[in-house]
Amino acid sequence: MPVAWNEPQALQIIRRHAGREGALLPILHDLQAAFRCIPPPAVPFVAHALNLTRAEVHGVVSFYRDFREAPPGRHVLKLCRAEACQAMDGDRIARRILDRFGLDWGGTTPDGRLTVEAAYCLGLCACAPSGLLDEVPIGRLNEASPDELASEVGA
Amino acid sequence: MSLEIFVPRDAAARAVGADRVANALVAEAHRLGLVLELVRTGSRGLFWLEPMVELETGGSRLAFGPMTPADVPGLLALGPDAAKAHPLCLGRPDDISFLKRQTRITFGRCGVIDPLSLDDYRAHGGYRGLARALSLGPAATIAEVSRSGLRGLGGAGFPTGTKWRTAAETDADRRYIVCNADEGDSGTYADRMLMEGDPFSVIEGMTIAGIAVGASSGFVYIRSEYPDAIRSMREAVDIARASGCLGPDAAGSGSAFDIEIRVGAGAYVCGEETSLLESLEGKRGQVRAKPPLPAHKGLFGRPTVINNLLTLACVPAILAEGADRYAALGTGRSRGTMAVQLAGNVRHGGLFETPFGLALGEIVDEIGGGTASGRPVRAVQVGGPLGAYFPRALFDTRFDYESLAARDGILGHGGVVVFDDRVDMARQARFALDFCAHESCGKCTPCRIGSVRGTETMDRILRGEQVGANLALIEDLCQTLKFGSLCALGGFTPYPVMSALRHFPEDFDRRRLAAAAD
Repeated sequence: MPVAWNEPQALQIIRRHAGREGALLPILHDLQAAFRCIPPPAVPFVAHALNLTRAEVHGVVSFYRDFREAPPGRHVLKLCRAEACQAMDGDRIARRILDRFGLDWGGTTPDGRLTVEAAYCLGLCACAPSGLLDEVPIGRLNEASPDELASEVGA
Repeated sequence: MSLEIFVPRDAAARAVGADRVANALVAEAHRLGLVLELVRTGSRGLFWLEPMVELETGGSRLAFGPMTPADVPGLLALGPDAAKAHPLCLGRPDDISFLKRQTRITFGRCGVIDPLSLDDYRAHGGYRGLARALSLGPAATIAEVSRSGLRGLGGAGFPTGTKWRTAAETDADRRYIVCNADEGDSGTYADRMLMEGDPFSVIEGMTIAGIAVGASSGFVYIRSEYPDAIRSMREAVDIARASGCLGPDAAGSGSAFDIEIRVGAGAYVCGEETSLLESLEGKRGQVRAKPPLPAHKGLFGRPTVINNLLTLACVPAILAEGADRYAALGTGRSRGTMAVQLAGNVRHGGLFETPFGLALGEIVDEIGGGTASGRPVRAVQVGGPLGAYFPRALFDTRFDYESLAARDGILGHGGVVVFDDRVDMARQARFALDFCAHESCGKCTPCRIGSVRGTETMDRILRGEQVGANLALIEDLCQTLKFGSLCALGGFTPYPVMSALRHFPEDFDRRRLAAAAD
């Protein structure tokens, strides 16, 4: 579900943070909330507003895992791959979920319905293995989870 | 008839169905024509019992759990007077042994109060710490924090009072308070629970710090993987500002103090204090060399107190109750309490706040109840992904900074991840190096390149290629990482790797393992 580039909207977002200390991350978060990614045409405007080079802005966008250069699927599932989830067989269950949708880590289904990403700890470590589906927490993932997730995202 | 019921809104409770139970309560109460007062609290931290619902029964609460929507009609049919007979009744929450054995100082209100009610917060001791700090004045407040023995609960264990005094004594046009809520260690969730369950304690702690060191501006840096915590902290800051607890005359102190919530973007290394400051400044989260210390030259080059969230949230209680009471708890140079977080393959996973000094075995076997799978405990990782793996033979190790260090481990942020006998420790060692490669900020060579080479070398070991020579290489590389890295990411990655090697050498003998499997 790509959101069309909209220059006035982007400028409005950037202006909202004018004069704020260390405004770059808040601007990028708001741009991504509006456009579902950091649209490449936004970069020069952000750079200009903050008196940075385009390279510096790109350097920040590419440093942080959260910032996307293209929009994800309509639903985003983050699955935890860290130790507490590993201890509860998380690797195997995550693989089942990926297989259910025919995906590898970071992939999006061909119909654009779902993107599955790796996360390293969601703070749900006493209810492992865990995930976040569109920011809704899910704990104790198990053998039934692949099908439950499929019906949740309508696949 | 009116019913008062408490259901957690904590993300982990939601992850196992707390919202569905809350919805079922509302629907069933409506069907029965009951007036329901539903309070969404934080979690008490007994996650194997979540969703844990509490019912007000004339002055005391009764707990029920783990609840499902199907259990709701039965509970409401009994009503407060007969609810004790419900099969899921756990008795009074404070009498549940997991809670009864704790000493809750920082987490006393978590799971009890409505997290977004300032009245509730005040009724449970909130803002008494700030009142005392104001009566003491800034210098005596810092002295009180020093006297309590409080050390950084994020992992580094630096004396908090010293940090505050340094920032206060450094000349500057302005200073900052930064709350590190970038809780990235696997197996830890204490910061998250507190942000969702008692956010005003963080706000009060930061306000005390701000007034003590002469800072009028504070930032809470929360990781993006915590959407619920971000929401509740933002709401709490808005409420605090609207009621005058933050602003030009913060809580009637005569001093200005305000807080801004900032969100990370998926970089583990930003939990390291200097890279967090870089990130707040809008840069790549790359580590800074120290010195200068943040207390001298931190955020935007100004003196900055950067403390872990638990450290700041503990300060109001220390001020309210007095430093002596806090300092009386604990052992050696580890004073006060630690929020032990039991996670992974553990039967009773949850948060256990207790004075420093419990034996690791007591935590894992008695409090945690062993594994969730029912199989034997083989290894326990203490202190997050950069912490050492402990075998059962070392379960007499005490849970405090010095005792863990003496056994080549770290306390970290207090996470304890339990693994059963199916764990492959060579794979865990490989994961530690791969995680370091994945999360390295790239600033220093040992971490940036050493982690990648380490992962490749570990892959050769896993394939059974020249195992002895490659293990020697790993040991050598770990020395370089430990002493040559700029921060704890590269510097501490050797802990999980070397502890796995030292305590579980049999897992690295892949040829023998392969032969045994045939």
